[in-house]
Amino acid sequence: MSVANRPVHRPLSPHLQVYKWQLTSVMSLLHRATGIALSVGALYLVLWVVFASASPSTYAKFQAFNISILGRFVLGGWLFSAFYHLCNGIRHLFWDMGYGFEIKDAYRSGWIVVAVSLAATVVSWIVGLRLA
Amino acid sequence: MAEFTLPANSKIGTGETYKAPGGAKNIKTFKIYRWTPDDGKNPSIDTYEVDMDTCGPMVLDALIKIKNEIDSSLTFRRSCREGVCGSCAMNIDGTNTLACTMYISDVKGDIKIYPLPHMPVVRDLVPDLTVPYAQLSTIEPWIKTTTQPPTRERLQSPEERAKLDGLWECILCFCCSTACPSYWWNGERYLGPAILLQAYRWLADSRDEAKGERLDQLEDPFRLYRCHTIMNCTKTCPKHLNPAKAIAEIKKMMVERTI
Repeated sequence: MSVANRPVHRPLSPHLQVYKWQLTSVMSLLHRATGIALSVGALYLVLWVVFASASPSTYAKFQAFNISILGRFVLGGWLFSAFYHLCNGIRHLFWDMGYGFEIKDAYRSGWIVVAVSLAATVVSWIVGLRLA
Repeated sequence: MAEFTLPANSKIGTGETYKAPGGAKNIKTFKIYRWTPDDGKNPSIDTYEVDMDTCGPMVLDALIKIKNEIDSSLTFRRSCREGVCGSCAMNIDGTNTLACTMYISDVKGDIKIYPLPHMPVVRDLVPDLTVPYAQLSTIEPWIKTTTQPPTRERLQSPEERAKLDGLWECILCFCCSTACPSYWWNGERYLGPAILLQAYRWLADSRDEAKGERLDQLEDPFRLYRCHTIMNCTKTCPKHLNPAKAIAEIKKMMVERTI
């Protein structure tokens, strides 16, 4: 077969490997990731109730996990996921109405979402500990 | 299902290094993606040291200098060298842009150049754009009317004409579509930002009479609604247009026609 007629298996040009991360793309990824975390976290809540309804001693085991380093990480992550997904969801609602599409506006709203969701996570964590 | 890694035949190896001629003081290093269908090898990155004292200011100037003086086998598309034709769209320093309107001095350190992302490679920096062009034809990018043609031009008020600003300027370089992760994962079915901006250009045209038909054609979970407002398109557009906004306007039209 001549060189010209040989079938060519073209390579795929690099994408994720070379494309620079943008605030907007990272936040989009995080929106989906936190959505998944919230779904899994909902199961965690159910588990919480199940343990509570079983007996005081089984509930104590669950509480012991909640207080552990890993447990705090899970709860903190879930809390942040909830606030981030909520705030970024509101940002998406504005986009759905056609607002905030200029790059500088998208960055401004993006940083606001990051700041507000982090602040809300810390504040509600502290308030939660005070109430406990 | 999205594949986040490159297939085996697309993994990138290291290539040749071309040193700058002795005596060159002002050197910039270019690391450029190379692939040829002729030798059956995987793509590689070749390194070229270019003497900036004898090179023009744009990335395209450096590419042309490399092709003329260092390695004539380097392959890339170029034509107008002033940001109008869209031929020299490529991935430079991590984002997509036109080599002809990108200053070399805007990149700190080595300049890495790849073809437009997630596309089949014809050779070196030349991507195969068959799919996006085919997708462009599906949105029928021309005026469609049902009423009798008037004896003169179809008129438009200045306000109606203004609605096309920011849309007609698109040069179809596909920087935006190939910057879009949604287009990477679903490029065969999702139309991508470039084509959707074109679709909106006709939806927004007061003279066009096929709005309903055009919207019907776009009303599809993949063609339009794979846009998740990631905004890579608008961020990267070398003409500073806003495909993300155009897509949002189409989505709004979809809702508006149901109420």
